[in-house]
Amino acid sequence: MVAFWILAPLMVASALGMLFARKAVHAALLLAVVMISLAVLYLVQDAPFLFAIQIIVYTGAILMLFLFVVMLVGVDASDSVVETIRGHRVFSILVGLAFGLTLVLGVAQVSFGTVIGLDDANSQGNVPAIAEILFTKYVFAFEVTSALLITAALGAMVLAHRERLTPKVTQAALAAQRMKDYAEKGTHLGPLPPPGVFARHNSVDTPALLPDGTAAEASISRVLAARGTVKSVPEIAAEVDELDTPDTPRGEGN
Amino acid sequence: MDTTPFIVLSAILFTIGGIGVLTRRNAIVVFMCVELMLNASNLALITFSRANGNLEGQIAAFFVMVVAAAEVVVGLAIIMTIFRTRRSASVDDASLLKY
Repeated sequence: MVAFWILAPLMVASALGMLFARKAVHAALLLAVVMISLAVLYLVQDAPFLFAIQIIVYTGAILMLFLFVVMLVGVDASDSVVETIRGHRVFSILVGLAFGLTLVLGVAQVSFGTVIGLDDANSQGNVPAIAEILFTKYVFAFEVTSALLITAALGAMVLAHRERLTPKVTQAALAAQRMKDYAEKGTHLGPLPPPGVFARHNSVDTPALLPDGTAAEASISRVLAARGTVKSVPEIAAEVDELDTPDTPRGEGN
Repeated sequence: MDTTPFIVLSAILFTIGGIGVLTRRNAIVVFMCVELMLNASNLALITFSRANGNLEGQIAAFFVMVVAAAEVVVGLAIIMTIFRTRRSASVDDASLLKY
């Protein structure tokens, strides 16, 4: 029971955090906390097999899948605060709370009788006992599950598959396009400038400086610029100035 | 060990998941809240399994997990497809059938 009273507040807090988390990644990590705590509660309740399955399947596989999709769908996936139906949020919270209150009050009033416990059922080990039921009484459901998994795998493949609508761009075509751009628009032929002011930084979030002191836009990734994590030119200039005007004349020191 | 606290916790988690499904707009977060609800019901199943002294509840929880895994795979593939065509993961943007 100690484990329960430690984990239960943690789980409720994490679940509530999921409701308020702005970013999908934070929600996924909070969900991981809830799932691992649940696994421990399964262990406490004499279900070691489901404890392992919960960690392997839920936290290991399903949550990783969620994180992958968050990664693919990208940073854009922010929640809009605008309501499409007026009063929708207030009403859903009210209905949800009413539902929860009814459920909790109802459950709290019911007496579940004496707890028998699983010591008898688990006498020869939890896994053999589960296997015995699964492969005798529920063997048909188990077989149907395999059909479901195959269907799901095929469905995911069909949904994720994308037909190639345009021919694949070859290196020769790219080179030709580059020459064409140079001829028509005067775009620079060579590679993009590398990022970084190498005397002070060499990280990708620092734009290269042009001779006139302005930043070379093409030297940093578009993604970093969109996120706003790029170091600004005045910031770099200030640092360079700081270095440039020491009290001691140059050549001394060191 | 009493069963009531476990069932109450399961009910609370289920409610939080339900509120999340109703209020959140991001399809991925909505999906996570559905998973939370499934997990909450699993906790109730395992608690009842212990209270009744047989393993049928654990078998049921096992099948819930298997079905949830299949559901997540297909659901996330659908979210990916919608995102690819509409450039958005918000459930409000996929409203083409309305018009």
